[in-house]
Amino acid sequence: MPRFLVRRLLHTLFVVWGVVTAVFFLVRLTGDPTALLVDPSATQAEIAHTRHLLGLDRPWHVQYVDFLFAMLRGDFGQSIQLRRPAMQLVLEHLWPATVELAVAATVLSTLLAIPLGIVAATHQNRAPDHLSRLASLLLQSMPSFWLGLVLILVFAVQLNGLLPAYGAGTWRHLILPAVTLAAAPLAQNVRLLRAGLLDVLPQDYIRTARAKGLPERLILYRHAIWNTAIPFLTVTGLSVGFMLSGAIVIETVFSWPGLGRLIVQAIPGRDFPVIQAGVFVFALIFVLVNLAVDLLYAVVDPRVRLS
Amino acid sequence: MPRAGAAKRLRRDGAAILGMLVLVAALGAALLAPVLSPGDPVKNDLLGRLSPPMWLDGGDRAHPLGTDTLGRDVLSRLLHGARVSLWIGLTAVMMAAILGVPIGLWTGYRGGWPDDLFMRLGDIQLAFPVLLLGIALLAVLGASLVNLILVLGVSGWITYARIVRGETLSLKERGFVEAARALGAPDRYLIFRHILPNVWAPIVVVATFSIARVIIAEASLSFLGLGLPPPAPSWGAMLDEGRNYLTTGWWLALFPGLAILLVVLGINLVGDWLRDLLDPRLERGI
Repeated sequence: MPRFLVRRLLHTLFVVWGVVTAVFFLVRLTGDPTALLVDPSATQAEIAHTRHLLGLDRPWHVQYVDFLFAMLRGDFGQSIQLRRPAMQLVLEHLWPATVELAVAATVLSTLLAIPLGIVAATHQNRAPDHLSRLASLLLQSMPSFWLGLVLILVFAVQLNGLLPAYGAGTWRHLILPAVTLAAAPLAQNVRLLRAGLLDVLPQDYIRTARAKGLPERLILYRHAIWNTAIPFLTVTGLSVGFMLSGAIVIETVFSWPGLGRLIVQAIPGRDFPVIQAGVFVFALIFVLVNLAVDLLYAVVDPRVRLS
Repeated sequence: MPRAGAAKRLRRDGAAILGMLVLVAALGAALLAPVLSPGDPVKNDLLGRLSPPMWLDGGDRAHPLGTDTLGRDVLSRLLHGARVSLWIGLTAVMMAAILGVPIGLWTGYRGGWPDDLFMRLGDIQLAFPVLLLGIALLAVLGASLVNLILVLGVSGWITYARIVRGETLSLKERGFVEAARALGAPDRYLIFRHILPNVWAPIVVVATFSIARVIIAEASLSFLGLGLPPPAPSWGAMLDEGRNYLTTGWWLALFPGLAILLVVLGINLVGDWLRDLLDPRLERGI
C-alpha cells in the first residue's frame, strides 16, 4: 500500500510536470504578448524594452528553467494583462466560482441519479425505464452549451427572467449553469446505476434480505446500491475531467466568473503566466481526483488490493 | 448475462435502424446540400434580416427556417453545415485511428521503452482538458478547416493506442499467435495477419462513438470562436452567432443545436448496435 501510494504520487508529479511543460512551450508558439501590450505607435526600442521587462527576450530554455524553479516556490509570475500574481488570480476564479459550479453539478448528477436509476431498474423494460433511456440518450447526444442556450431561452427569455441568464452572486444564478453541467453526467449515472442494480438484484444475498422480510426500500438503499459503487466511482472520476472541460464552455455561455473563462480569455491576450497557472491547477485537480478514486476502490470494495 | 429475448433484440435493432435512417438523411443532406438548399448559404440580404421560420407570423416561404442577422437562409446554412460537421468528424477520426492503431500495435507487441514513452505521453495528454488543448493549438496554427481536423485528429490518438495496446498485450500470448511464432513467422506477419484482424471490432466501435465526440468538440471550438473563419457555415459557429440573439431570433440558436443533437443521436444509436454486434465483451457503457 505505501509503495503503491509513492508510485502513484510520483506518476502524478510526472503528469503535472508534463502538462506544464507542454503548455509552457505551446503558449510561446502562439506569439509575442508584447505586441498586444504596447501602444501601436511604440518604437522598436520601446517594444524591445517591454519585452525585456517581461523577461521574454531571453532564450526559451532559460525562461523554462527559471519557470520550473519559480514554480517549485509556488511563484507563477505576474499576469501580463492584469499585473497581479497569476496564481492569485487563478485561485480567486477557482474558488468560489468554479468549485461552486462543479460541486453543485456533481451533487445534482449523483443525488438525482440514485432515485432515477432505482426506478429504471425496478421497472425494467416498462415505461419508466424506456423514458429514462430515451432521456439519457437525448441528454448525452446534445452539446452541453446548446442545452445551456435552450435553458436560457426558456427560463430567462420566455418566462420573463424567472432565472437570471448571466452572471453570478446568488443561488439563483447558480441554477442554470449547474443544471447544464450536470445533465450529461446525470444521464450516464442513471444508466450505470440501472445496469449495476440489474446485476445485483438477482443475487442470493438480496433474496435472503427479502426472505427475512426487509422492506424493499431498505434492500435497495442499504444492500443493493453499495454494490454498484465501483463503476460509479470510475465514471465519477472521469466526469471530473468532463466537468473541467465542460466548465470552460459553460462558464462562457453563462458569463460565470470561473477559472475556465479566465483561461479562455487569457489565451487571445497571450497572458502566459495566467494560462500556465490555470492549466497547472486544472491538471492537478484532474490527477488528484483520479488518484483519490483509485484509493477509494479499496475502501468501497475490501477485496481490491492496491498494488 | 442472459441472451436478450427476441422482442428486446428487435427493439434495439429498431433503435439502430432509426439511427441509421438519421445518419443516411444527414449524409444525403450533406451531399445534396447545393441542390436542396433554398438559398445561398453565404449570401447576405440585409433587408431580409432575422426573418422568422415560415410557420410564424412574418415568416417567408422562401426561407423555411428563417434568416440570420445578415439575412442568410438558415436552412441552407444548416445543410451546408452538415458537410462541415460530417467531414471533420470522419476525417479527424480516421486520422486519430491511423496514428493510434500502429502505436498501440507497436507498444503492445514490443513493450519496453516505446511503450513507457507513449503511454506516459498519453497520460499527460489526458490530464489536459481536450478543449484547452484545442484552443491553444488553434491559437498557434490559426483557425482553418485543415487545422481543425489536424487538432481534433492528432489529439484523439491515445484512445486507439490504449485499446489496441491492451488487446495486443493479451493476443500476443494466445495459443494461435504462439503457434505461428513457433513455426517461425516473423513479427510483421504475426502483427498484421494474427493480431490486427482481431482488434478491428473494438476499433470500429470506438471510432463510431468518436465521430460523435469530434462533432461536438468541433461545435464547441467554433462556439468559442476558434472554428472555421466566417462566413463558412458550421453548426458551432451558427450557435455562436445565435446566442446573442436569443430574444430577437431564437431560431438561430435552436436549429443548429437540433441538427447536432440528431446527428450525434444517430451515431450513438448505431454505435450501441455495432458494439452489441461486433464486440459482446465490451461493456455496455449505457
